[in-house]
Amino acid sequence: MLRFIVRRLLVAVVTLIVISLVTFGLFFAVPSSPAKVMCGKNCTAQDIAQVEERLGIRDPLPEQYTNFVSGIFVGRTFGSGEFQRECPAPCLGYSFRNDQPVTEIVTQRAPVTFSIVFGAAAIWILLGVSLGMVSALRRGTVFDRFAIGISLAGASMQVYFFGLILLYLLVYATGLLPFPTYTPLTENPAKWALGLLLPWMTLGFLNSALYARLSRAQMLETLSEDFVRTARAKGLPLRRVHTRHALRAAITPIVTIAGLDIGAALGGTFITETIFGLQGLGKATVEAVQFLNLPVVMATVLLAAIFIVIANIVVDVLYAVIDPRVRLS
Amino acid sequence: MTTTAVPAARRAGPYLRVENLKVHFSTEDGTVRAVDGISFAVEQGRTLGIVGESGSGKSVTSLALLGLHDQRRTRLSGRILLGERDLLRLSEEEVRRLRGRDMAMIFQDPLSALHPYYTVGRQIAEAFRVHHPDAGRREARQRAVDMLGRVGIPQPARRFDSYPHEFSGGMRQRAMIAMALVNDPDLLIADEPTTALDVTVQAQILDLLADLQAEFHSAIIMITHDLGVVSQVADEVLVMYGGRAVEHGSVEQVLRRPQHPYTWGLLSSVPSLHGDAAADLVPIPGNPPSLINLPSGCAFHPRCRYADRNGNRSRTEIPELRQVQERGHLVACHLPEVDRLRIYQDEIADVGVAR
Repeated sequence: MLRFIVRRLLVAVVTLIVISLVTFGLFFAVPSSPAKVMCGKNCTAQDIAQVEERLGIRDPLPEQYTNFVSGIFVGRTFGSGEFQRECPAPCLGYSFRNDQPVTEIVTQRAPVTFSIVFGAAAIWILLGVSLGMVSALRRGTVFDRFAIGISLAGASMQVYFFGLILLYLLVYATGLLPFPTYTPLTENPAKWALGLLLPWMTLGFLNSALYARLSRAQMLETLSEDFVRTARAKGLPLRRVHTRHALRAAITPIVTIAGLDIGAALGGTFITETIFGLQGLGKATVEAVQFLNLPVVMATVLLAAIFIVIANIVVDVLYAVIDPRVRLS
Repeated sequence: MTTTAVPAARRAGPYLRVENLKVHFSTEDGTVRAVDGISFAVEQGRTLGIVGESGSGKSVTSLALLGLHDQRRTRLSGRILLGERDLLRLSEEEVRRLRGRDMAMIFQDPLSALHPYYTVGRQIAEAFRVHHPDAGRREARQRAVDMLGRVGIPQPARRFDSYPHEFSGGMRQRAMIAMALVNDPDLLIADEPTTALDVTVQAQILDLLADLQAEFHSAIIMITHDLGVVSQVADEVLVMYGGRAVEHGSVEQVLRRPQHPYTWGLLSSVPSLHGDAAADLVPIPGNPPSLINLPSGCAFHPRCRYADRNGNRSRTEIPELRQVQERGHLVACHLPEVDRLRIYQDEIADVGVAR
């Protein structure tokens, strides 16, 4: 198990290096300079050069990249003379836009996205799996047809549409919920939950549609397995057959997909963050790309990649825990 | 066997009696008459072999005995008397309490029939505890270890914690048998228990079942398509075709003096180890019938070489299962008995295992 994790982590490091190189390369392939964007239309070439100097993007690309990487591990120094400043490790540089340290941006934004994603994931997994399971057990009944219909609608609905409808119904029309805001969990848990309820419902309901369909299909497949028939032949009560035997086996692929979905979502939920005005990682990424804000782009892209890599490892380990036939090697 | 040898203390009559059992499924294409009126009985300590091709209704029969069909889509009629109870008139909950305790089942492929995520021992202990709610975890474990040892698994206490995939095929089937017998059931249904196993292991499993039957004195229904298995373990044989019984009698009667052309076909399709290896086998032509649209009259007539010898009767009239001259031997065929005896002697007795 430990050897497996170590080896996977080594692979992950290589993956991250490649991703960072590609991001770096792509950024400089864009035919526009962040210095021009920052400086405005009336800048002379000299002004632009000065800005570029201050941003540290005049150096040759390999040097910039090594500076960036070493900044993460040992910190680095920006500018010279009176503009000189120390950026301690882990240094991700300063935002081109407002000079805020990127580490600060990330630590501010990540909790928002994390809160959105984990809350929503709890809803979509619980709701989706139980809906799918009950549907499978009552296959062909009115409940099943209704659930399939709803989940088909949910699976074809878009976040920006559904989110705005919920926003209108629950906030503007009835005032049942306050407009979403982010309050740190440590500050006031009740306010944290209340402020995020709407994005949780939006993301949670929509994703649960997919999970309901997936777990219904999985459950139906498992219910026709021989070992479920054996469990019934032993005289086990149906409830136990369905939970301990059928669901236990049906859940494995759902765990995999949930892990990967959560990992991907942690990198940013741009649309959800945007419609509810929450300052999460997704919004930070898109804004940074629009502004050619290299340090922020690098940080958020790498972070998203790290989440996906970690999610993959977690899923593999969970797989081995759930299924005794799987050996990690 | 003489009738005076039966102990007086034994329950009067057979432990399981099935009377005119019908199992019909409603599907979109029509009603599937999977089992269409069969009757048989098994006494404790005796073994009934049910033989037939796939789709003949033999597995459906066994699942019906345990009440494992989807009740919404299945229509059952007739009587299944287990001891004194008619299973078809009990509630689902009452039947559930009997499953695994009074009647247990062994399935064909132990790898898929055991849950891949639980240890073998835990699955056996679970079967024990569900019918012994007062038994503690330790008692159930001990009972499971005892059973694993009894079915011949070495180091049972250690193997308790193994998963099914860590067992060999034969060991898995032994574990399956241990699970079926953990509550000492009076009726054991074995559905093709050796089909998925190596030939050498098959014999061991059959021996084990025979030993355990002598010890536990249960009635066994052995469902198989393998006549070799039947001849080895069964006391009585029921041959099924298209959901009906076509021949029924003692092993000696059905395998040595078969009277139904379908039984002849089964016997002639199995090579014999004795005698001429080059002797041609005579396979049964065609395929088993569709259970939605059974052929009219005798369901076997499209595949029967002798169907034309009765005018049109084989195509219009369903033959009844009637006793032949010999007591206890029942055959459903329109051919006159004298003709059947003559055909068997002249054409069949020298082919395949029939010899």
